[in-house]
Amino acid sequence: MNSTLTFTNWLLRMRNAVILAGVGAAAVWGVLELLRPPVGHVSNALRLPKQKLDDILQTAKRVDADFEKSWEQKQLKPTAKADDLTLVRRLSLALTGSIPSLQEIRALEAVKDVDITQWWLTQLLADRRTSDYLAERLVRVYVGIEDGPFLIYRRRRLVDWLSDSLQKNRPYDQIARALIDSKGVWTTSPEVNFITVTNENKKGPDEAKLAARVSRAFLGVQMDCVQCHDGKLGSTWKQSDFHQMAAYFGQTDFALNGLRDDPKKNYKFRYLGKTEEEVVPAMVPWKPELLPAKGAPRAKLAEWVTAKENKAFARTIVNRMWALLFNRPLIAPVDDIPLEGPFPEGLEILADDFIAHGSDLQRLIRVIASTRMFQQSSQSADPSHPVTEGAEKCWATFPMTRLRPEQMAGSVIQASSLSTIDAETHVLFRIKRDIDVGNFVKRYGDSGEDTFDDAGGTIPQRLLLMNGNMISENTKNNPLVNASTRIGMLAPNHAMAVEAAYLSIFTRRPNAEEAAHFAGLLTSAKSGNSRTNAMTDLYWTLMNATEFSWNH
Amino acid sequence: MKTSHDPHCACNSSDHINRRTLLKGATAIAGVSWLTPLGDLLAVEAEKSPKGKPARSVILLWLGGAASQLDTFDPHPTTKIGGGVKTIPTAIKGVDFAAGLEQTASVMGDVSLIRSMVSKEGDHERAFYNIKTGYRPDPTLIHPSIGAIVCHELPDAKIEIPTHISILPNQWPARGGFFGAQYDAFQMYDPKNTVPDVKARVDDKRMDLRLESLSVVERSFAQGRSADLDQTKTLHQVSMQRARSMMTSDQLKAFNVKDVPAKELDAYGDTPFGRGCLAAVRLIQAGVRCVEVTLTGWDTHANNLEGQATQVKIFDAAYASLIRDLKKPGLLESTIVVCGGEFGRTPKINNVGGRDHWPHGFSMLVAGGGFAGGRVRGTTDPEGVKKEPEHPVFVEDLHATIQDLLGIDHSKEIMTPIGRPMALSKGEVVGELKV
Repeated sequence: MNSTLTFTNWLLRMRNAVILAGVGAAAVWGVLELLRPPVGHVSNALRLPKQKLDDILQTAKRVDADFEKSWEQKQLKPTAKADDLTLVRRLSLALTGSIPSLQEIRALEAVKDVDITQWWLTQLLADRRTSDYLAERLVRVYVGIEDGPFLIYRRRRLVDWLSDSLQKNRPYDQIARALIDSKGVWTTSPEVNFITVTNENKKGPDEAKLAARVSRAFLGVQMDCVQCHDGKLGSTWKQSDFHQMAAYFGQTDFALNGLRDDPKKNYKFRYLGKTEEEVVPAMVPWKPELLPAKGAPRAKLAEWVTAKENKAFARTIVNRMWALLFNRPLIAPVDDIPLEGPFPEGLEILADDFIAHGSDLQRLIRVIASTRMFQQSSQSADPSHPVTEGAEKCWATFPMTRLRPEQMAGSVIQASSLSTIDAETHVLFRIKRDIDVGNFVKRYGDSGEDTFDDAGGTIPQRLLLMNGNMISENTKNNPLVNASTRIGMLAPNHAMAVEAAYLSIFTRRPNAEEAAHFAGLLTSAKSGNSRTNAMTDLYWTLMNATEFSWNH
Repeated sequence: MKTSHDPHCACNSSDHINRRTLLKGATAIAGVSWLTPLGDLLAVEAEKSPKGKPARSVILLWLGGAASQLDTFDPHPTTKIGGGVKTIPTAIKGVDFAAGLEQTASVMGDVSLIRSMVSKEGDHERAFYNIKTGYRPDPTLIHPSIGAIVCHELPDAKIEIPTHISILPNQWPARGGFFGAQYDAFQMYDPKNTVPDVKARVDDKRMDLRLESLSVVERSFAQGRSADLDQTKTLHQVSMQRARSMMTSDQLKAFNVKDVPAKELDAYGDTPFGRGCLAAVRLIQAGVRCVEVTLTGWDTHANNLEGQATQVKIFDAAYASLIRDLKKPGLLESTIVVCGGEFGRTPKINNVGGRDHWPHGFSMLVAGGGFAGGRVRGTTDPEGVKKEPEHPVFVEDLHATIQDLLGIDHSKEIMTPIGRPMALSKGEVVGELKV
């Protein structure tokens, strides 16, 4: 009898010990997750030869000088350099569509003796999230956001193809040529979808739409304005300029083996004032000498668009990349750049550098991110001279812009998780994330094709943030998933809990007033339940603040 | 006249009246039976508009996909383009409608019919833009829809809920365009459900605590930034304040029709569109400037006759009840009701019994707010050969007329964000349609 009891007691003790050890290990792991960088993430290697980096920084300095001259003339005083974490937040938002995770911030803070901006760029440019996000942004420019014609259009494949290309840092002129001169089946040759998306009326590729896309997306010219008549309001474009460019797609057709060129076909159009359709010759609207002598029409157009001497191509992607990094283009609208200028500060230097370095998109991103304009604060250090609208317009301060809907959704989800949500996150979680982002964007208001309008907040957006499902689900008491609960449970003290929340949501630490205010609220929470509520309230408050909804 | 667009003046005035004032003024509202319990809450803004005064609000009933004029308001039953449509007489002598529109036919004494609408857009998205804004799509800027223009130009409504609302929106709800996103229509779905996200997730005490914390955070963010940053740029706290006012407003009840007696609901057909029309009347009564209600399903490229008849059945009771219920308390005098879609449908019937897109002579209904009742403008070719109808009304002319009835100078130029002055409408007023 005694021996049975002893044995039972022994088993119970063993069980309790195992449970205690498990809880202890989980707590230690959790606290480490909260406070320490993940092992293996903290290497200070830039993976960029010093000579290359110096060259990048030199170009950035030349761009800076161009702007500085203009500020001097306008007697504008630029703001000081922003702190590292602010720059990290800007880069993550621009390149991954989300703020950095607490896990990433801990890793960043563990790196020693390195330029954090460059180091973080190295991490991000190698990250699949970056190529996926940039691909989605660029695909919006190429084909819009609609689903397009059923069966022959596979938008997702086009995004994946572009993401792969960006990941490999394929030269951008090659990417553009592949899209304009694509052939084959839309499933196995995903670049073909650039053309098939225009087959809305099942009459074959729409030459006019393609001319409009090519001119806007790759040349920064809104030639579709003269689709129906010659240019007005000072525009010198002729209706024929547009349709002659459309004629390059006149031979493009669908066959059993996918998209191809049929030399027997041509493009016909009835010009304004004419009674009959006529065959339109394929001609480019400027610099015809850059056209290759031989080749199929689309191949010739692709070569002409991307020719080094056709600088409109470089200017267009420079303006677009600048816009992606700042949420505001150098020249607006983003796809309307005068061919002969005048050009805004920086544009020509960046375009020349892009051409001279083989249409290297990653280098372009690095150069722009290394400029003073990108790295300066959006706040004035002198309270008696706050930032003015004029300074913002002239880039003498980092411009404040509203986050795009997908950036908001991505940031809410990321801030609600202590660890990074990336390609290594479990597939089910990523699927849920995509669904959540889709629902949120629909309610918040999708900004459609990639425009950069300077809009303020709206009532539905505020209601969604204050009372919507996404914030509620991601901040409520959930010890397994939600960062608000986990921080409340694992942080050694109130001050550290507040700090972890601030880093997770604002990518900065609280100032003294904020730290005292929220620590006070946590201290006054007597029960575990009210402490959890206080953490939820802290998360709600930060996510409903201007600072969270705006890039700054 | 040229004026600069003021981005800070949103359509929802911040100069709110308090709830007591609302309740005090309640008994002034005459009304429809279902307003009785609600009238005191919805009403102070719903004073009758004395005759001759400009209209103050607009209802747009959007027939998404484009209704066939030949199977609704402009049938040609005995011709080869008739397509088997049967007709009924209307309250306007000599004017017939397609069978199924009996109730609409009975209210035509208060409604005018335009049978000669003309546009140049035959693609759904471009045509939606054209009809809702009065302008053709322009790659350089987005024009405001008529609702945004009304809210921008007549901003003095003392109301706690959004003044531009889209019920059952399809993929293209009305937008604020170059007036800014704050003029976008507030989107809501079937009014039998509550408006999404207006209920706070925590009690008042906890919400107050959250807002107090928020002020600490906002104070920190404001340092070193322009003092009027929120008013001139982010509109963050401004829109939050408005959202808070809306959350606690009794006027919210105007959105919801679930407490309306079944008899009243049945009069509208008790469909989502019918409930939307009922909610539109209540919202106008509460002071909302513009409500659009969408009924999709008219894009009948196949089986046109059957498809149109299905939608007509949903439309008929809802439209007629809306006109009747606006008329009873005198609201029709101050409320313009416009009904139409992207374009019309082809006289020719295609191989699968459908009608395709036809922007060359299609129908729209206009009523109230100074539009005459019982008139018909324009005729279309009964053989369907001539594209141009007689006495055409161009889309921009309809916009100019609506704005004129609202007392808005449609030729006024607004300086757009791209530095290009733009008239509110470039059309001409169609005097024949006015009282």
